[in-house]
Amino acid sequence: MTRQKVTVAVTGLNNIDSPGPGIPVIRGIRESKDFDVRIIGLAYEHLEPGIYMSDLVDKTFMIPYPTEGKDALFRRLCDIHKKEKLDVIIPNFDAELFSFIKLEKNLEEIGIKTYLPTLEQFDERNKSNLPAYGKKYGINVPAGTEVFSISDLTNTLKSMNYPVMIKGKYYDAYAANSIEQAVTSFLNLSAKWGFPVIVQEFINGTEVNVTALGDGKGNLLAAVPMRKQYITDKGKAWGGITIDDPTMVNLAKKIISQTKWKGGIELELIRSPENKLFLLEINPRIPAWIYLAVGAGQNIPEALLKLTLGLDVKPFTRYDVGKMFIRYSYDMIVDLELFSKLTTTGEL
Amino acid sequence: MLLKENIALSENGFVFNPSNGDSFTMNNTGKEVIMMIKEGKNMNQITELLIEKYDVDRHTLERYLSDFVNDLSINNLLEE
Repeated sequence: MTRQKVTVAVTGLNNIDSPGPGIPVIRGIRESKDFDVRIIGLAYEHLEPGIYMSDLVDKTFMIPYPTEGKDALFRRLCDIHKKEKLDVIIPNFDAELFSFIKLEKNLEEIGIKTYLPTLEQFDERNKSNLPAYGKKYGINVPAGTEVFSISDLTNTLKSMNYPVMIKGKYYDAYAANSIEQAVTSFLNLSAKWGFPVIVQEFINGTEVNVTALGDGKGNLLAAVPMRKQYITDKGKAWGGITIDDPTMVNLAKKIISQTKWKGGIELELIRSPENKLFLLEINPRIPAWIYLAVGAGQNIPEALLKLTLGLDVKPFTRYDVGKMFIRYSYDMIVDLELFSKLTTTGEL
Repeated sequence: MLLKENIALSENGFVFNPSNGDSFTMNNTGKEVIMMIKEGKNMNQITELLIEKYDVDRHTLERYLSDFVNDLSINNLLEE
């Protein structure tokens, strides 16, 4: 069978201790029997490891930070498109999604397809909107408030019990056991991710995640639940195992059906000792541990690519329970010449 | 006393609960007891079988067995 040739641009090549999903997404797509893929990496930093993984990424281009705005991004993507004729872009960062969603039509007009949630869906599941989201859709969420200043923070903490979670707008979360710790985290997170910072009730329990795929019409096409087994000091799963938890799959189904979610999604959950599920966050994209889902029988990146290309995707009906992923670090040796080429020309 | 139906128990005493991802390593006696529970034996039957097999007084055995079964229950391996 002839495999369809397709050029796919992917962001999130930062395969570091708090990894982006780019590399596992690429691995999933490369395993497809239906596509002959050329992968174009889109990078923000010169040292994103995926740039130098030449067996996975055919070519990489630097792109402007989201803070430079969507117009700068579009201009750069047009330049890249002239050289590479991109068919699809799969963005993998929360912070860049706003721009990509805004550019969806512009990209479509020049022949680049994306498969993203609507701006409304994207905003609604925002961390700071989560309590309202939980109320609207009947889902348990920890109590949370957004704060914009230290006085906001101290006022909020008066009515909360320690520990509390202090969370950045896009990424990072720290537990705080005192007002001093909360203020330190607030300052760090606001400097890094801007405002608001979110103060959330701490829920004790087992950290579990489910990754899923929605078709934008309310149908759940894929869902794999995972329990974190090894968690880094940044709260990232460094090891995990697929579990047989229908309540998690049903929750994903409920959210995708009620919101008509389009694209990849990750639900971050805690199962309390009383066996109650709390929704901590909804990430509007495929998670960094997605290769576990591929290994368990649901190649979600490939399914997402098919949806993006307008191909039919049948819902996955099963996955292997008890499949584990164990992440590791690996030192690549890179010639200075490659690094200098990237830094001077913006491509490699 | 019933072991949850989906609990996976391997020959080497590794126990996996697929519902929540918990895993446990049993020593030989633990494995033996959990196998008996899986076969549907009750506490009395397990006690008699172990007394016959091991050099242990009834009181000690019952105490340890009760603790062990309680641990299984706390760790969500038994049907409620």
